[in-house]
Amino acid sequence: MNASLSHIKTITKRELAAYFTSPVAYVFIVIFLLLSGFFTFMIGGFFERGEASLRDSFFLWHPWFYLFLVPAVGMRLWSEERRLGTMELLLTLPITPWQAILGKFLASWIFLAIALGLSFPVWMTVNYLGSPDNGVIFAGYVGSLMLAGAYLALTCITSALTRNQVVSFILSVVLCLLLIFAGWPPVTNFIIRVLPGTSGMVDFVSAFSVMTHFDGFQRGVLDSRDVIFFLSVIGFSLFTTGVVIRNLRS
Amino acid sequence: MIKVEKLVKTFGAKRAVNDISFTVERGEVLGFLGPNGAGKSTTMRVLTGFLPPTSGRVTVGGFDVTENPVAAKRLLGYLPESAPAYTDMTVWGFLNFIAEIRGLRGDDKKKAVHRALEMCFLESVVHQSIETLSKGFRHRTCFAQSILHDPEILVLDEPTDGLDPNQKHEVRTIIREMGKKKAIIFSTHILEEVDAVCSRAIIIDRGQIVANGTPSELRQKSTAAGAVLLRVQGTASAAVVNTLSQLPLAAKALSLAESNGTASVRVLPKSGTAHGALTAAVAEAARLSGWKVEELHTEEGRLDEVFRSITLPDTAKDKQK
Repeated sequence: MNASLSHIKTITKRELAAYFTSPVAYVFIVIFLLLSGFFTFMIGGFFERGEASLRDSFFLWHPWFYLFLVPAVGMRLWSEERRLGTMELLLTLPITPWQAILGKFLASWIFLAIALGLSFPVWMTVNYLGSPDNGVIFAGYVGSLMLAGAYLALTCITSALTRNQVVSFILSVVLCLLLIFAGWPPVTNFIIRVLPGTSGMVDFVSAFSVMTHFDGFQRGVLDSRDVIFFLSVIGFSLFTTGVVIRNLRS
Repeated sequence: MIKVEKLVKTFGAKRAVNDISFTVERGEVLGFLGPNGAGKSTTMRVLTGFLPPTSGRVTVGGFDVTENPVAAKRLLGYLPESAPAYTDMTVWGFLNFIAEIRGLRGDDKKKAVHRALEMCFLESVVHQSIETLSKGFRHRTCFAQSILHDPEILVLDEPTDGLDPNQKHEVRTIIREMGKKKAIIFSTHILEEVDAVCSRAIIIDRGQIVANGTPSELRQKSTAAGAVLLRVQGTASAAVVNTLSQLPLAAKALSLAESNGTASVRVLPKSGTAHGALTAAVAEAARLSGWKVEELHTEEGRLDEVFRSITLPDTAKDKQK
């Protein structure tokens, strides 16, 4: 158990260092922060609202930012290993594939957490101007991180599927978009129109939407169902990544 | 230390490795020869646990690579064919990463990394990013990775590929030295390497072992093995050929060249002739005829000839018929 944790740690460390030795990390962080600032203050109407909250001005945009930014962070995870041929090296080291999958996922997730954490000036601003419920904001941050993790785990699958990073990026954007749309009113309304009187169907489809579950966090509720939803998306996706990698080898 | 039993590996309908069995013991350096696409790399990938076997069993140091992969891989050092490395890392960072995965910490890690750097002549590029290295250095970086933890078993897929003659010589020296205490298996296209390094060689063609033996045993399979080369001063080559082709042990005598009154003749033995017996017969014939012999030489047989004759592609074999 200890050895396995230390393997995961070593891989996470290497992957995380790989982000910061290339320009990817800095470009990503700058763009994420610029976008967050612009959307929060200019489009989200943070000042005009006059509310001490980050829900509708800041967190509202995250599912859409992440739709492009998270696949950009995760697309290289496995496709780069395949392109360089280092996958053969990594998987012939005395580790299990799970340790490699988990280590890589954690590295990217930590990186996303760092980027998200660097948006702290927004939190300081709202605390300076008013007295928000910091518990709600904390829940919002947790939700945002969970969402990023779910997108990232989906990107892991597409990244293992191809040695081409661009293909991996596009596939993961589409997958994440499906998860957003499942709870989007135009989609749910469409289902109601096509299948009238089947509210069960609408509930079933929108249960898969990240939006429904993300919204729970934004209302300040740390509902175990929402947490379990995101963790199971992550778990399922990483499991699928493992299956993809096993198939590559046989 | 390495035991391969009835190994089969298929990719779809293609049988890349077809029922291969062999063993490598400690103190042995096994050369793995064969044309491109013969199944050398595939066999090595199964051996190192990268690819699962379709059927058959591979054990490394007593551990089955499919049932106990981590324990097997711990004993192994592996240099994949393309010598991959994380190009965004420095040589130092890369070797430290591998050392940590291999469970080395603190002083042990430092010592291991320094030893590998020294053995592979990488000191001058330690802090350079692998991306900026020339092919030879990149190759040796990956080689350094494979010997980092001083493994008991080494699997090297074309370890001298892409190196210049000096580097090739260095790598061969390292392999030969390490072969005294370890079990090493390495693949190559270069036949001179087999003589220089191997204690035993396997030739593999279309997924099957076609020859297995020490380099000199393999050479005996050559049609030229045991042939005699004779150079005579002052006798016409036709007369020499005529006399020698009547020897009971000779299959054929050929005139190679004749210049300034010196005739060179090559005599091929009948199959089944003991090594050196023909030479004695030729020497006796020369003495009886009173030739002025300048050179008498028994040929060892050539590996490349053996290699070609047993791994010819189908089309060439058909033509020969």
